[in-house]
Amino acid sequence: MENAFGQPQNVVVLGGSSDIARALVKKLCAARTHTVVLAGRNQDLLDQAAAEARDYGATTTHTVLFEATEPLDAARAVAVCFEVMGEPVDLVIEAVGLLGKQLEYEDDPTMAATMAVVNYAWPVAALAEVRRRLVAQGHGRILVLSSVAAIRVRRISYLYSGAKAGLDRLCDGLADSLEGTGVTLQIVRPGFVRSKMTTGEPEIPFTTGVNEVAENILRGLASGQRVIWSPPILRYVFFALRHLPAPLWRKVANR
Amino acid sequence: MRTRLTGWGRTAGSLAELTTPTSEDEVANALGAPAVIARGLGRSYGDAAQVSGGLVLDNRGLDAIAPIGPDGLVTLGAGVSIDDLLAVAIPQGWFVPVTPGTRRVSIGGAVAADVHGKNHHVDGSFAHHVRAMRLVTPSGVHELSPEREPALFWATFGAMGLTGVVSEVTLQLLAIESDQVLVDTDRYDDLDAVMAAMVEGDARYRYSVAWVDCMARGRRMGRSILTRGDHAGSSDLTEATRVAPRGARLAVPFSAPPGLLNPVTITAFNELWFRAAPRHRVGEAHSISSFFHPLDGLRDWNRLYGPRGFVQYQFAVPDDGAEAVVTAISRLSASRVPSFLAVLKRFGDADPAPLSFPQPGWTLALDLPVGPAALAPLLDELDELVVAARGRVYLAKDARLAPSTVRAMYPRLAEFAALADTIDPEHHLTSDLARRLRLREG
Repeated sequence: MENAFGQPQNVVVLGGSSDIARALVKKLCAARTHTVVLAGRNQDLLDQAAAEARDYGATTTHTVLFEATEPLDAARAVAVCFEVMGEPVDLVIEAVGLLGKQLEYEDDPTMAATMAVVNYAWPVAALAEVRRRLVAQGHGRILVLSSVAAIRVRRISYLYSGAKAGLDRLCDGLADSLEGTGVTLQIVRPGFVRSKMTTGEPEIPFTTGVNEVAENILRGLASGQRVIWSPPILRYVFFALRHLPAPLWRKVANR
Repeated sequence: MRTRLTGWGRTAGSLAELTTPTSEDEVANALGAPAVIARGLGRSYGDAAQVSGGLVLDNRGLDAIAPIGPDGLVTLGAGVSIDDLLAVAIPQGWFVPVTPGTRRVSIGGAVAADVHGKNHHVDGSFAHHVRAMRLVTPSGVHELSPEREPALFWATFGAMGLTGVVSEVTLQLLAIESDQVLVDTDRYDDLDAVMAAMVEGDARYRYSVAWVDCMARGRRMGRSILTRGDHAGSSDLTEATRVAPRGARLAVPFSAPPGLLNPVTITAFNELWFRAAPRHRVGEAHSISSFFHPLDGLRDWNRLYGPRGFVQYQFAVPDDGAEAVVTAISRLSASRVPSFLAVLKRFGDADPAPLSFPQPGWTLALDLPVGPAALAPLLDELDELVVAARGRVYLAKDARLAPSTVRAMYPRLAEFAALADTIDPEHHLTSDLARRLRLREG
């Protein structure tokens, strides 16, 4: 069960080897989390993440394999996660994402579709199953890793950011649909984060490390705010950027 | 229909089906549900009276009050509140033997939490005054008393509903001659002084409690107001009336904006509260409600804490662990985590109930708004301090303990869980609290 400070005991992570998810799980385990189910596509990375969770205080960890290119398999993957947990799930972290190689993929319909599937279709399918199960349970939280990129899509990452934008907006409605069910959904919008996903990408202003993102998420879990920005100042930065005229935005975004 | 339920602290809510049985048969039928717990007036601060996705039995349908016997014995439905009981009892010259800081608790809830009052150092906790009770469990109805099935009788006190649903309680009332309490008030400028005064003088009073200012720092850290008294006899007053307390005249109509109670407002409130108290006053007559239940005058006061709610941290430590009280207050005061209405009290003898909270020594209760990031780790530190002092935290107040800590605080938990298994082997009886702290697993 979750406690008064929004600290969960039983956590499921979809995309369990994501660097942000790993940093967050470590901090959750250092507080109250004792059982973690990590789902992803790379067994070795999941095992590493599971060992890390145990080092930080988890008493039980499980791993579940799935392919995010197959949205019709998402319900099964979520079902397996809930079944191996065997107890009410307090928090589901949806951290599946693929940044990809924009310039290689943008003229490749297959890869463009894959980007949409992994970053949008699979998470949407998974969230439908998560929603159904948590609502039946009577309590629970969903944390969806979006991105500030979803707020204004940059030319240099539109396949990723566009899919995230879809997911981000969908989650706004999904969160509203959960009113009165005992389940809540929170959207995380980190700025540029140094992680294995962004290795080699040029850093931009307000870049942070994964630990800082995890810290901001923890605060957001405690406060219950709908959208968790990391760093928090990006809430205001992106309010401004969202309204920039397109020619100006292109200049800013391409820097 | 499912209803969202929280404790009085308004944290960590969950949805459950809610039903209001009006007879033992209806309770027994309801206990067939896979996950079920009783709920009274929802005054437990945390998640004790809720069960996510399960069935919650509102005990207020069990509301019969039999006539009070000439010896002060009364048999009540578990859903009767102390408020309801006092309305009948005070005019007849009787008072509840133990009352918590609010009249708005059900008798079933008073058993489940084994509540204590300002007289614990003299009269013990609620269990001490219960002569018999009926408990509906998944294995049938048990008639319990200290002589009849004593293990289950005692295990039910402090068990937060996990042994079954209390349907009826026979309680020994206390004879009173008036509805007034004669109170001595003293102000102390620091914690050591008030603690010394309580150790020295509490035995002379039936009721004693100190309010501690946890926001004061430096030399004034722990400055306190100590109020002690006893029921006024008819000879103490020019006219001895016996009128039941009336309902709240004021209410908090909606949840306050977040942050209304912050270090600035709480420091200001505490300053006023402290200064308003007399430095030394003897034998002042107070009404029962102003002495025992000051917060009952303001209905829904928990809404003042805003949408994120608050936690109450109450712990007990033995006399040789008194240092933990001092350390807790100094850490709280140093961290500037806002807290008001910190209540310090001495406990007398414990009862034989395995999960009952009171133990001889000290107890300190702190109301803390959820919000400051420092609060969760601070309370985890205080847990360690309490465990090291061989103390414990009160389950009726808890919304944040860890399962391992509870085992250190309640060494008889395994014994309790084994007994609960004998009457409920399939674990129908559970709650969000029980799941969080794994209370049914021993």
